[in-house]
Amino acid sequence: MGGLTWNYVLKRVGMWFLTIWLGTTIIFLIPRLAPGDPVAGVISRLTAQSGYIENSAQMIEAWRARFGLDQPWPVQYIRYVGNSLRFDLGYSLANFPSRVESMVAQALPWTVGLLLVATLISFVIGNTIGALMAWERTPGWIRNLLPTTLTFTSIPFFMLGILLIYVFAFGLRWFPASGSVGRGLTAGLNWPYIASIIHHAILPATAIVIASMGFWALGMRGMMITTAGEDYMILAQAKGLKPSRIFWLYGVRNSILPQVTALTLSLGGIVGGAVLVEYIFAYPGVGYLLYQGIVTSDYTLIQGIVFMLVFTTATFVLILDLLYPLIDPRITYERG
Amino acid sequence: MTVQMERRQAAQSVTANGRAVTLEVKNLKVYYATPTGDVRAVDDVSFHVYKGEILGLVGESGCGKTTTAMAILRMVQPPGRIVGGQVLLDGIDLVGLNESALRDVRWNTLALIPQGAMNSLNPVMRIHTQIAEAIQTHEGRQPKDKLKQRILDLLSMVGLPSRIYDMYPHELSGGMKQRVCIAMAIALHPSLIIADEPTSALDVVVQRVVGQTLLDVKERMDVSMILIGHDMGLQAQLVDRIAVMYAGHMVEVAPVEAIFSEPLHPYTQLLIESIPSIKERKPLKLTEGITHDLRNPPPGCIFQERCPKVMDVCRRDRPPLRQLKPEHYVACHLYE
Ligand SMILES: Nc1ncnc2c1ncn2[C@@H]1O[C@H](COP(=O)(O)OP(=O)(O)O)[C@@H](O)[C@H]1O
Ligand code: SF4
Ligand SMILES: [Mg+2]
Repeated sequence: MGGLTWNYVLKRVGMWFLTIWLGTTIIFLIPRLAPGDPVAGVISRLTAQSGYIENSAQMIEAWRARFGLDQPWPVQYIRYVGNSLRFDLGYSLANFPSRVESMVAQALPWTVGLLLVATLISFVIGNTIGALMAWERTPGWIRNLLPTTLTFTSIPFFMLGILLIYVFAFGLRWFPASGSVGRGLTAGLNWPYIASIIHHAILPATAIVIASMGFWALGMRGMMITTAGEDYMILAQAKGLKPSRIFWLYGVRNSILPQVTALTLSLGGIVGGAVLVEYIFAYPGVGYLLYQGIVTSDYTLIQGIVFMLVFTTATFVLILDLLYPLIDPRITYERG
Repeated sequence: MTVQMERRQAAQSVTANGRAVTLEVKNLKVYYATPTGDVRAVDDVSFHVYKGEILGLVGESGCGKTTTAMAILRMVQPPGRIVGGQVLLDGIDLVGLNESALRDVRWNTLALIPQGAMNSLNPVMRIHTQIAEAIQTHEGRQPKDKLKQRILDLLSMVGLPSRIYDMYPHELSGGMKQRVCIAMAIALHPSLIIADEPTSALDVVVQRVVGQTLLDVKERMDVSMILIGHDMGLQAQLVDRIAVMYAGHMVEVAPVEAIFSEPLHPYTQLLIESIPSIKERKPLKLTEGITHDLRNPPPGCIFQERCPKVMDVCRRDRPPLRQLKPEHYVACHLYE
């Protein structure tokens, strides 16, 4: 029978844990593999930039305490992994005494909200377009229209973002050019606040959808063409089923399976992909934070964000892996 | 409905040799468009199927059997098209029907057991859903328990256990899948079932079981059947009459005993002689396959290039399919 088995769930959760552990290990190793003392390096760079650092002694102390750099490597390593798993990501170098986990916690909901929603919208629209492009019963005018909508996809994302801001923010003044929510609103579940969030999210979300739906459409089109040649499509037609039923329950239903796998990967890359979007639209998410971290050489911030990136990616993959057997009854059989 | 009534009335009137006829194919032509010209896959083919009989349709691979079957269902896939002819099912010409009238005929009156039965079931749909959708598409929504009982009855009629009711196709063996297809084909009590090489992908033992199932079903439901296949042994066991095709043409149609005891057409004779026999090892006489290009058939007899008895007239005139004895039709200049 299709569906989840304990064996499958345990394997997937094991993979999730392994991914996070490996990611943490790499994050731990990289600064240590770099030649020289990372702390001294950062501090001297900061000193060179600004000439004087507030609380620098306190900062170095906190840094050393955070990593226990006087301890042997194995001890450092175990403490680092332990701290990371408790989401203790230490102090920001550039914004001391802000803590990294609270900076990330403020930014993460914006990123996940914007990119998750936009990616899902793009997935639905793109796949529908692709499926219709491949379906031989699609009316001619729709079939001619669909490829034109996809030409936008070939515009570089950077230019697309600037174009949208130029036309809809500065030209028509329909949407704000930057930020995630208007000033002076009470945060919470009230309509003006939510409306403002949506208002701010429309332009960046549109940019993401336009830029990425072509990817889904092309993949779906290819899969639908493959599926159309399957024997079960012939039997479905011979059974006299309604074309709409054949389209959705035979064509799309079977073609979507590899697309969902691709969605897993793309959701995994969500935070990484957020850097450009959030930079262009000055959207205060994790991507924007990462950009700031890089610009200010904020080592701990970068490490913390990379850890969160690994964590969210692994978690998305886990969730989709657990959902996958529900849409493909063959999967538990094939992989145990 | 009017189509149904017309069908009933017409059914009384169509006869040949004094017997009621379910299907009459007249001068059917199906061509596939290719860059270098039309492939004449079915060229001026005529035959009929009596009520309650199994007609075997044989001939080597590529001679146009599947194309004939698909043309009867009006499901010739592009780049193929029906160029001319009539397909009279219970007196109604399917070639002239519109899309929705066709959907009404499909499965109600005309069912298919497809060539690739291994892959003919939708992999993501449970067995009972696939049978139920055939029933409900044509008969409307049914009470749940009544529908379930009907599906269980169908499964037991083809010798399948009730536990497969809830299963997915990948959980069944090839022979079981094939019998699910047979159960589905008889669900609406059609006039005609076309089985396209229903046993070709199965091992020998399972072939016999599936063959026997077909025979049982035919006897019990008094349905007419076209059984496509190149296993002459299986044909001998199951069918009433045999129609022999070569390169898109019908070359001989006769009762099964006559085909084996006194084959008239030189091609049929080769076909019979090359049946592997257990007692004596004969060299296989049929090894070449169709020798000419179906885009460009030679003038005169279609079989001239391989015929051991070819004459001058054979290269000039095409022999028509004529009734030589009662129920024995042949297209060859030898018998003029
Ligand atoms: N899509 C197609 N395009 C061109 N030729 C085709 C196509 N499909 C089938 N044919 C040709 O039509 C002929 C009959 O094919 P088919 O009906 O499948 O034969 P059979 O079922 O007897 O093996 C073959 O010679 C094949 O090459
Ligand atoms: S018509 Fe001539 S070539 Fe054709 S089968 Fe008969 S004898 Fe052979
Ligand atoms: Mg075939």
